[in-house]
Amino acid sequence: MLSVKGLTKQIGEQQILRGIDLEVDAGETLVIIGRSGSGKSVLLKHLIGLMTPTSGQVYIEGKQIVGLKERQLLPLRKTVGMMFQGCALFDAMTVQENIAFPLREAGERDPKIIHDKVAQALEVVDLTGHEQKMPVNLSGGMKKRVALARVVITRPHCVLYDEPTAGLDPVVSDSINHLIRRLQKRFGVTSIVVTHDMKCAAYVADKVAYLHEGAIYFYGAFDELLASDDPLIQDFIEGRSGDSD
Amino acid sequence: MLLLRFLGSTALSLFGYLGQLMFLMLETVRSLLTTPIRWRLALHQILEVGYRSQLVVIVTGGFTGAVFAAQTYFQFHRLSMDTAVGAVVAVSMFRELGPVLTGLMVAGRVGAAMSAEIGTMKVTEQLDALRSLGVHPVDYLVAPRAIAMMISMPLLVAECVGIGIKAGQFVAVKLMGVAEVYYVNYMEKFTALRDLEMALTKGFVFGILIVFVACNEGLRSKEGAVGVGRATTEAVVIGSLLILVVNFFLTMILNIFFPGGR
Repeated sequence: MLSVKGLTKQIGEQQILRGIDLEVDAGETLVIIGRSGSGKSVLLKHLIGLMTPTSGQVYIEGKQIVGLKERQLLPLRKTVGMMFQGCALFDAMTVQENIAFPLREAGERDPKIIHDKVAQALEVVDLTGHEQKMPVNLSGGMKKRVALARVVITRPHCVLYDEPTAGLDPVVSDSINHLIRRLQKRFGVTSIVVTHDMKCAAYVADKVAYLHEGAIYFYGAFDELLASDDPLIQDFIEGRSGDSD
Repeated sequence: MLLLRFLGSTALSLFGYLGQLMFLMLETVRSLLTTPIRWRLALHQILEVGYRSQLVVIVTGGFTGAVFAAQTYFQFHRLSMDTAVGAVVAVSMFRELGPVLTGLMVAGRVGAAMSAEIGTMKVTEQLDALRSLGVHPVDYLVAPRAIAMMISMPLLVAECVGIGIKAGQFVAVKLMGVAEVYYVNYMEKFTALRDLEMALTKGFVFGILIVFVACNEGLRSKEGAVGVGRATTEAVVIGSLLILVVNFFLTMILNIFFPGGR
């Protein structure tokens, strides 16, 4: 479904990504974990062509996207949705308009079809009844749900999640984790989740990739990650900084 | 040596900036020609640019015409040329004051708003969200604004000119006691359709300058609130300076097609 070969990214003097190789099969959920600043979000943006790599290739459903012009990428992006860390809801639109946006842009004009599909998407994310609210009036968890509804309304084959539980309380985080899993089961979407929330990783992951200083340090099942005796990985899992008082 | 280096880097920056504007213009033309126009967004922008600029344009046109008529009268009265005030005010409003002052006011009001809105969308990842949903930001944000400015600016200029002339007439006739029949007669004698054409052409060109400078600044604003603030300031400053500079060259070129005088 989605693969990356030899991906590197350098911004100025800083090497952000150092030769990433990844492959995600259809219907699989890959969780990319790593410390802040390890290059997780940058990697995710490369997967959908929002950033251009210094070298390497990215394939979406077998099609190489690196080097394509912005207008050539637009149709490909309709098969891969992305949920942004800050949700990136259009703040001039209501919840309903935000969720209906991809449908309208896809050419759907029938108000009844749009209304029904929006209602269905809101039901999936448990937000029925909030259609007319503006994003500014939503809580962090509700914003994440609306962002997710906007992504899945056009049924993309793959969804990229950038820190889906960041800044949320444990209960809301748990509901978002269930939502990711529910979407995967209900629609069979391939998912790539960038997070440093181990609870989220444990719940949604089929495979885990641990990114360290711009390179894949570990790749395997979540249980293998837990069983690893590598001190770097154990420090991350246990949340140990090594600093003393 | 330092001076040369400074001049060289300034020239490079200038050409780089003009290149960015040109690229955005070409992308917008391509968008207008190859993708469906979002008329609902364009109409919304016409409302923002045209309708919401009414107070600014009316006050600018009215008081500019009024004070220009008063100053012209004070000077011409010494030479017993009171009746020529109407012609001077009308020609000046049509050919220079109307288009330039409307351009500067719209660059301040609309250019700043456009730049701030797009810049905020950029720093809150809304532009990336647009792209991830398969929508080109130029199609969605720039093209409707460009259409709105190309339609609204000539109309705003015409309104500014009309109100300026009427305000000038009020000051000259009602306050300074110039005979209205002579005032109107000389004004009609020295103005023609070519003056209106020049005003509208300048308004159209200034509208294009304002919208592309503002959108370019917004699209390229750097991360954070400071970046959006800087982009907004630069949209107004660069837009206003470009209007003043381009106005000179436009005047020289347009005078060939719409020559001044009788």
